Amino acid sequence: MWNQIEGAPREELEKLQLKRLQDTVQRVYHLVPFYKKKFDELGIRPEDVKSLEDLQRLPFTTKQDLRDHYPFGLFTVPLDQVVRIHSSSGTTGKPTVVGYTRHDMDVWIEVMARSMSMVGVGPQDVVHNAYGYGLFTGGLGFHYGAEKVGAAVVPSSGGFTKRQLLLMKDFGATILCSTPSFALHMAEVGKDEGYDLKKDFKIRAGFFGAEPASEGLRQALRDEWGLIYIEAYGLSEIIGPGVAAGCPHGHLHVFEDHFIPEVIDTETGEVLPDGKEGELVFTTVTKQALPIIRYRTKDITVLHREPCKCGRTLTVMESVKGRADDMLIVNGVNVFPSQVEHVLTKVEGVTPNYVIVLDKKGVLDKLEVWVEVDDRTFADGIGALEQLKAKLQQEMLNDLYINVRIKLVEPKTLERSMGKAKRIIDKREAEGLQK
Amino acid sequence: MIKKYGIKQLSIFLENRKGRLLEVTKALKDAAINIRALALAESAEFGILRLVVNNPEKAKSVLSSAGFTLREQDVFAVDVPDEPGSFYNVVKVLADADINIDYTYAFVGGSSKAVLIFKFPSQMLESALDVLNKAGIQLVEPMFFYD
Repeated sequence: MWNQIEGAPREELEKLQLKRLQDTVQRVYHLVPFYKKKFDELGIRPEDVKSLEDLQRLPFTTKQDLRDHYPFGLFTVPLDQVVRIHSSSGTTGKPTVVGYTRHDMDVWIEVMARSMSMVGVGPQDVVHNAYGYGLFTGGLGFHYGAEKVGAAVVPSSGGFTKRQLLLMKDFGATILCSTPSFALHMAEVGKDEGYDLKKDFKIRAGFFGAEPASEGLRQALRDEWGLIYIEAYGLSEIIGPGVAAGCPHGHLHVFEDHFIPEVIDTETGEVLPDGKEGELVFTTVTKQALPIIRYRTKDITVLHREPCKCGRTLTVMESVKGRADDMLIVNGVNVFPSQVEHVLTKVEGVTPNYVIVLDKKGVLDKLEVWVEVDDRTFADGIGALEQLKAKLQQEMLNDLYINVRIKLVEPKTLERSMGKAKRIIDKREAEGLQK
Repeated sequence: MIKKYGIKQLSIFLENRKGRLLEVTKALKDAAINIRALALAESAEFGILRLVVNNPEKAKSVLSSAGFTLREQDVFAVDVPDEPGSFYNVVKVLADADINIDYTYAFVGGSSKAVLIFKFPSQMLESALDVLNKAGIQLVEPMFFYD
């Protein structure tokens, strides 16, 4: 454990959270007109926050709010105190911009060091960091965390898969940081290049995040590389990676002395009890440049508050099932891409690489899944391939309760992600039929 | 017998999209590989191209590195007179012995001969070769196809 607070008694932790929450509320109320206006509209004064339960009375903040105040409208400090700025890609509108003071950087480095310590990363390790460096928080977040614990960092960033494999092997990398889809891509390329992944590489653990991964994909990475799979969860609006990290017992612990989690009903906004699935909401309680009150992540998860075998008392969040945004509604049934992926990993004969294509057929939604035939188990027979299709369709119906049309495509033809995988093509939107 | 008469056939998975067959054949042409026999099985969305070539090892490596999904397996060929009833005779011998045929294709092997290629289910392979042999049907050695 990097910091004793991770295993502190809940009362001590909650006392600290309340104190920090009260400070943060004062800070945003007096320094950010947006928050003052929202609080005033609800008739809430900063002094009204007397317990952690009072958090429920505070207004939500959304991604749209960040966009509306582009670029620095929600900052509580002038730019001369800001030492770092990151930004989202802004593919769906104006980019969202986040800033860090020196203190915020220390918080970020602290939580990343805690993440790294989940598997005892230290001076003995070589950390190969394949997260993208740049405006995306992934690359630099892991970089600083790994340096903090004394590891040697290889800042390889994304792309150039073959060269990355060469460096990982020659430098004796022991820790891999990347998106799960890129790690799988590296395994495929590595095998094509003739490497024996477990013998030629020394990767003992991997920090995987930035996109949801099914249990099947996780197991594939464990099997291919022979590594311990550590989940890394974060989002730039809160701080970047390091909001929560998986322990070796597979529990994703939220560093809630800095980021208080809640789960709410997406429709009504009401806080749900532990154990109930809903949208994850975070309030930062130590950030200076861009504190955020009740930020709606759109991530769907469940919270648990029992002490973990690893000794941490921090709240556990279940792996994100999907973004509320990614959730597809197919003829009225909710479907997450991760569920489709899970089915694919259960059936032999196809790879976990897929694209979901949604279209309309008359008034009905039509869902197609394009999936690659696994070239290691390619059966020479139309009948065998048709059976494979039928089996996948049946499994999808059993697990997802929807009719899916499977289309088999040639291996390695689907677009490979260098960062986050693009899994969904929704033609319904293009035609303006839905949403 | 399986070893002596097994002919390496390459099966290639192809999506039904424009130009894909062209790409396979171009890769083979560029590597100077001669196709000795071929058959194409197709469904609505994809097909399987089956090839017997003069140099299966080279063809396999060329196609693999060009990104095609393929599988190599043994098929068997017999030599028959190029005249009515020849195919019937062979199929009858097999049917009488309850041997299933996964698939078959043929080509004219010269002025008076035809060559039939068979893929048998692996568990029936031994008995298939046995009944063909006993019926006096001539199996073709792989050297006939290879360089």
